[in-house]
Amino acid sequence: MVLTGAEIVIRCLQEEKVEHVFGYPGGAVLFIYDALFQQDQVRHVLVRHEQAAVHAADGYARSTQKVGVALVTSGPGATNAVTGIATAFCDSIPMVIVSGQVPTAAIGQDAFQEVDTVGITRPCVKHNFLVKDVRDIAATMKKAFYLARTGRPGPVLVDIPKDVSMHKCEFEYPQDIAMRSYNPVVKGHQGQIRKAVQLLLEAKRPMIYTGGGVILSDAAEKLTRLTRLLGYPITNTLMGLGGYPASDRQYLGMPGMHGTFEANMAMHYSDVLLAVGARFDDRVIGNPAHFAEEPRKIIHVDIDPSSISKRVKVDVPIVGDVKEVLDEMIRQLESGEARPNPEALAAWWKQIEEWRSRNCMVFRNSDDIIKPQFVIQKLWEVTGGEAIVTSDVGQHQMWAAQYYGFDKPRRWLNSGGLGTMGVGLPYAMGAKLANPELPVACVTGEGSIQMNIQELSTCRQFRLPVKVCLLNNGYLGMVRQWQELFHGGRYSESYMDSLPDFAALARAYGHVGIRVDKPADVEGALREAFGTHKDELVFLDFQVDPTENVYPMVQGGKGLTEMILSAEDL
Amino acid sequence: MRHVISLLIENESGALSRVSGLFSARGYNIESLTVAPTEDASMSRMTIVTTGSDDIIEQITKQLNKLVEVVKVVDISEAAHIERELMLIKVRASGKDREEVKRTADIFRARIIDVTESSYVIELTGNQGKLDAFIGAIDADLILETVRSGICGIGRGDRVLKV
Repeated sequence: MVLTGAEIVIRCLQEEKVEHVFGYPGGAVLFIYDALFQQDQVRHVLVRHEQAAVHAADGYARSTQKVGVALVTSGPGATNAVTGIATAFCDSIPMVIVSGQVPTAAIGQDAFQEVDTVGITRPCVKHNFLVKDVRDIAATMKKAFYLARTGRPGPVLVDIPKDVSMHKCEFEYPQDIAMRSYNPVVKGHQGQIRKAVQLLLEAKRPMIYTGGGVILSDAAEKLTRLTRLLGYPITNTLMGLGGYPASDRQYLGMPGMHGTFEANMAMHYSDVLLAVGARFDDRVIGNPAHFAEEPRKIIHVDIDPSSISKRVKVDVPIVGDVKEVLDEMIRQLESGEARPNPEALAAWWKQIEEWRSRNCMVFRNSDDIIKPQFVIQKLWEVTGGEAIVTSDVGQHQMWAAQYYGFDKPRRWLNSGGLGTMGVGLPYAMGAKLANPELPVACVTGEGSIQMNIQELSTCRQFRLPVKVCLLNNGYLGMVRQWQELFHGGRYSESYMDSLPDFAALARAYGHVGIRVDKPADVEGALREAFGTHKDELVFLDFQVDPTENVYPMVQGGKGLTEMILSAEDL
Repeated sequence: MRHVISLLIENESGALSRVSGLFSARGYNIESLTVAPTEDASMSRMTIVTTGSDDIIEQITKQLNKLVEVVKVVDISEAAHIERELMLIKVRASGKDREEVKRTADIFRARIIDVTESSYVIELTGNQGKLDAFIGAIDADLILETVRSGICGIGRGDRVLKV
């Protein structure tokens, strides 16, 4: 069948079973939008800013196993998309971004709305393509989806000049794909896995530390089974929350800069550390030199060899898909006779329970002023812990991560690597479209929400009943916290004056807006949002304590055991 | 430590900038980089000379392998190998210097490939040390222009970098 390049793009999306595309039209993509108009298999969600299109597609991907798809025009359309692409890249999210480009003859002529999109995005994509011939579109789209979802996932950009989208050729979607330069490892090395299992069984102070790789590989079930089989303590990083049920006794909470006392102490003093789909990030292990002071054997399972021995030396590296490797570990454990040493394990748990008894997550609640942690606890109660929670970046993000116990994977969406303010609302849009049956809450701050607040309009157009929970403290809270602790209380530009009346603003967009001032009203407002107004977008403006800080805290550059547990420690 | 990394990469536009961009983005050194198609025109071979600790070199090879268009990466300096670099050097050659330059070129087994009344262009291949020595042997005031290719490297004996 002879089709135009634009029609081929849409046919490729159909072949890949894409249901939703997030985008914004413009000159260079007019033919693609025309082809989109003449079919109804792929639904387009019109955002209000290209950054949000990419974030929404990213949120869609994070909350499902699917590849998120965004469509933007050339020039400013592409540059607006860059923050979204970099955000997805840092967290290894599978996505395909189709961008329009000026006609091939105009490339390099400083044409209207021309930028070197492939050049600009090169360092923040898994791979990108400039398609110069209509006959290459189908194969390139096939490669893009394949690259995005296999190996260590990531965003792939396909740049299509306007004339290429207009030219015609015979369309046939390739069935198979073979790339001599790209063959990601799936199964882990048997011998290495055997060594790892041996080491785990010999451990006296074992610890399991898992990250976003477990979520991306859909390995939560396998991880839970292995962890229970061993009876070892476990911690999930910010990107890995929900990889193991937070309500389980073996779970020690999140590690790192704002992790729990028990998780950090157990990480530091373990003698065998099993790291799965995690990358020893600076926000997780603090100072690597301090971390290395305590001798321990490290087993590291990761799909990406370059993640292994990058920040810490690893004793047993295992390159492979996390799910496959965990499965093999379980198989070897179950088929063998050996079991962990019960005495050593009992002594280790006794030590851990002692650390846990410090009760580091306790906060002083108040009857007069709303504590942000209290809002998150109530959000958990009201949603029965079943919601998809998206967050922006800052204090509210940490409180949501700390106080909403995630029992399931793909329920917690945040920008962990790049730390992009403004992702929360578009993530919630993508998640709600992908999971219409689940409640979706966006926990945000008054700084972050204003970075993509225009998307309230998109939510209205597409009837997306997400619940925005704004923890409004009138400050760029995390900046203020660092200024208070490390910059002599000089609050340079961290106070947000002239804030809008958010509830009224939400109403102006056609939504429900509620301002909450008193602790006693928190639960009622949440029940109203998730009950009475179940099918509407509700914007809850919680006026929270402006002085509250996130604890525990490991200061940047310090070691994991050097924690500030509460304001009293200062 | 100095390392010579050889790689095969799909011969596509932008491939070179993916490699050079990787080095600049991650703060790795490039001493020299050469690239040209192989006998299979769909693939290019690159020789990169870099310096770094063992940990950094390990990361460099891993990161290069991660690039989608890179087919194979080998640190050829890990074993016996040969390095060659080409230099073209234009020198002033008049009066008594004319004969002296010619003699030096002969000693280094260099070839004079362009002659005018006042200058020579000399072609010389060898490892970096030989090229450096030749430059050292010529009076600095006589040198008008030098251009060096950066090194090409290949493993000795049975070691072959091929798909």
